[in-house]
Amino acid sequence: MSSWLDYTINGLIVGNVYALVAVGLALIFGVSRLINFAQGSIYLVGAYIGWVAVVQLHTPLPLTIIVVAVAAALVGLIIERFGLRPLQNSVRIAPLLATIGISFVLDQLVMLTFSPNPRALPSQLPDVRFQIGGGTIEPLDLLIAGVGLTSALLLFVFLRYTKLGWAVRATAQDRDAAMQMGVDVNRVNQAVFGIAAALGGVSGLLVGMYYNQIDTAMSLQATLKGVVAEVVGGAGNVPGAVIGSLLLGLVESYGVAAFGTSYRNLFAFLLLVVVLVLRPNGLFASARQAPPEPLTGTFIAPSRPVRIPRWALLVVLGVFAILPLLPVSLYVLQTLINAWLLGMLALSLTLVAGTIGQVSLGHAALLAIGAYTSALLSLTFSVPVGFAIIGGGLMSAALGTALISPSFRLRGHYVSIATLAIGEIVSLVILNWEGVTRGPIGVSGIPPLSLFGYELISPTSIYWFSFVVMVVLALLQARLLGSHLGRSFRAIRDDDVAARAYGLSLNRYKSLAFIFGGFAAGISGGIAAHLYSYINHETFNTQQSILALTVVILGGLGNVVGAVVGSVALVGLPEVFRIAAEYRILIYGIVLLLLVRFRPQGLLGTI
Amino acid sequence: MTSNAPDPLLTLSGVNTFYGQAQVHFDLSIKVARGHIVCLLGGNASGKSTTMKIILGLVKPRSGDVSFDGASLLGLTTPQIIRRGIASVPEARRLFADMSVRENILMGAFVRNDRDAVAQDLERMLALFPKLGQRLSQRAGSLSGGEQQMVAMARALMIRPRMIVMDEPTMGLSPLYVDRVLELIRTINQEGVSVFMVEQNASLALEIAHEAYVLQTGKIVLSGSARTLKDDPRVRDAYLGGAEAA
Repeated sequence: MSSWLDYTINGLIVGNVYALVAVGLALIFGVSRLINFAQGSIYLVGAYIGWVAVVQLHTPLPLTIIVVAVAAALVGLIIERFGLRPLQNSVRIAPLLATIGISFVLDQLVMLTFSPNPRALPSQLPDVRFQIGGGTIEPLDLLIAGVGLTSALLLFVFLRYTKLGWAVRATAQDRDAAMQMGVDVNRVNQAVFGIAAALGGVSGLLVGMYYNQIDTAMSLQATLKGVVAEVVGGAGNVPGAVIGSLLLGLVESYGVAAFGTSYRNLFAFLLLVVVLVLRPNGLFASARQAPPEPLTGTFIAPSRPVRIPRWALLVVLGVFAILPLLPVSLYVLQTLINAWLLGMLALSLTLVAGTIGQVSLGHAALLAIGAYTSALLSLTFSVPVGFAIIGGGLMSAALGTALISPSFRLRGHYVSIATLAIGEIVSLVILNWEGVTRGPIGVSGIPPLSLFGYELISPTSIYWFSFVVMVVLALLQARLLGSHLGRSFRAIRDDDVAARAYGLSLNRYKSLAFIFGGFAAGISGGIAAHLYSYINHETFNTQQSILALTVVILGGLGNVVGAVVGSVALVGLPEVFRIAAEYRILIYGIVLLLLVRFRPQGLLGTI
Repeated sequence: MTSNAPDPLLTLSGVNTFYGQAQVHFDLSIKVARGHIVCLLGGNASGKSTTMKIILGLVKPRSGDVSFDGASLLGLTTPQIIRRGIASVPEARRLFADMSVRENILMGAFVRNDRDAVAQDLERMLALFPKLGQRLSQRAGSLSGGEQQMVAMARALMIRPRMIVMDEPTMGLSPLYVDRVLELIRTINQEGVSVFMVEQNASLALEIAHEAYVLQTGKIVLSGSARTLKDDPRVRDAYLGGAEAA
């Protein structure tokens, strides 16, 4: 067992790496009030450019660092110029969604170029160790600490003593006033993205060398860790981000020391949730600071929903209902079963994100809760599958709402961060709680779908089952939206201060929305578990959460018919065009980007 | 409109502005003569602040023209307009709260590159606003409202503007500071800087202005020299404590 000093050194070194990511996030948030979800992708790109430089071009270390910093900065500049600047006058959620789309595109491009297999990234440093007290330090530790300190110093000098640095600080404090002093805000944005990307890229390089391995899964992890560190330090607060990063590194390292490696991320996300709930402005924010979020309104693109005549809906429903009787291939039925399952998840998300305005990025966790509950109920307690699935829905509704409820006081981007973290926590608890969830082995041998003792094994019966369940959920939700309750939801979305002033209890309505949404998602997860017969903690991952979000935006936030149309489109079209699986995520990312840019209200319009 | 004034420095002609479907300005025409103080009066939601934003290029009109010293400002970005010599004292001052007073004042000279002259101008500002001398290294956000207004005015002057636009410079200030600010505006004006200010407090504004315009729901309903407007019964009724605003 290593000494505590070793864990402390390790925590500080890892914290240094996080700091390089988090400082960039803080700069960007400061200037444009945007959480850049593409930061981890730049880190990934940095790691792979470093790999090319080291392994193929054999560059010496200082040159490698410079190459990575410059190349990553270029990527950052391109993202700013073409991904985000066109969205300056869009709804506030647009740039956030754009960075999610950009990160999907970048990650997939790296994966397609370099394959998803991990690669070794040698550190080029002499393999010696220094003993200090009871701890060990390697040259790489010193390099990382040196890069961290140098970057912090350079950044301090830049912000304090250069004209552009002043412009960055002024813009962060009051964008309009800065413009009225003659500051070109676009140049400030550019500078900030360039710096953030350079730091992020170098961070990826250093991490690759530290673990002597890089792979494409690094991206999301880096974004998450950076966001945690930044929020802990106080969004937009650059020194806070450094301290938050070191704190995060130490918490993780001690957590690993006490409980084992698989607990590392759990501690990170628990730290985030605790800080979000207790001090949403970060540990170092003073009380006077106003929350950096808009108080009201403009989160959803306003639009007039497309009116579809009732008879047309009925005709389309009828066609899908009798589809298995028509001469269609099994392949079509399988595809549509997937679409109906995704449709249930989308119904849930469109209610939570669209109708009541809580843009959840962790919705797959609700699937996981439903799936595990239903699987374990039927396996361990021999509950009939039909009831087990309903049990999954109820558990997802109850547990999902309970988990998210501490975050009800948060707004805007913070809701998205909290839901993302809670989603990760659910997955990590499933991984670590072996006594109940069977841990990393997963649950296998889940009984197939059955209803009143009849097994539903033929694709036709599964098709009808999932279709009917989805239609029933959709009808319930449509009814809900037209009711007084639906209006209250939308009132809270459009102006939570005004809604509260009219006596609406925000927590109650948010709970109701998550209960209903959790039920629909849990049912979807439950059905999926019995279809797949095997699930583990990665079956329902963040990619699915983002896919659901893309579906919902495609259909039009809050739009029930839109959620279903979006599901059929995003599941069906890649099949129609026979797009290979590895390109699908790329396509989803591009669809998300195009939607945000050209049709933020979606195909059928927001409601 | 304005009697025997020298040729105008700033001209708004036939400006129509919209926020989405809603029209804010209806055929708005305003002239600011060189060396004059011109005041735009109006109640809430009359379109006053939008007029400021039009001049500064933060909002673009749908039709009409804004010209400064004979050249149109319409195609220019806000920073470009600032470089032409228009400085702004925004509504509610809008200081950079976490930067020091010194940094705030120097931010005003952001577009200038003549370091030595900037340093001299900083000294001039401290002479004009002696109180700020002791506050230079303090956080701007920690100052009182009146002191913040001084910083905002010093910041605007640092660009060596030909014209200053001010959005409600007396709003939220104690009576003592209101007088002080008006006096300073007069001083600045006497040094040759034209002033365009938006005010709700008509009686105060008319004290120091040369000309004034009255804006009501996006239309100019009255204009003329400050002296005549002060005695105009319609202004008296609307703004100087007669009947409630029309």
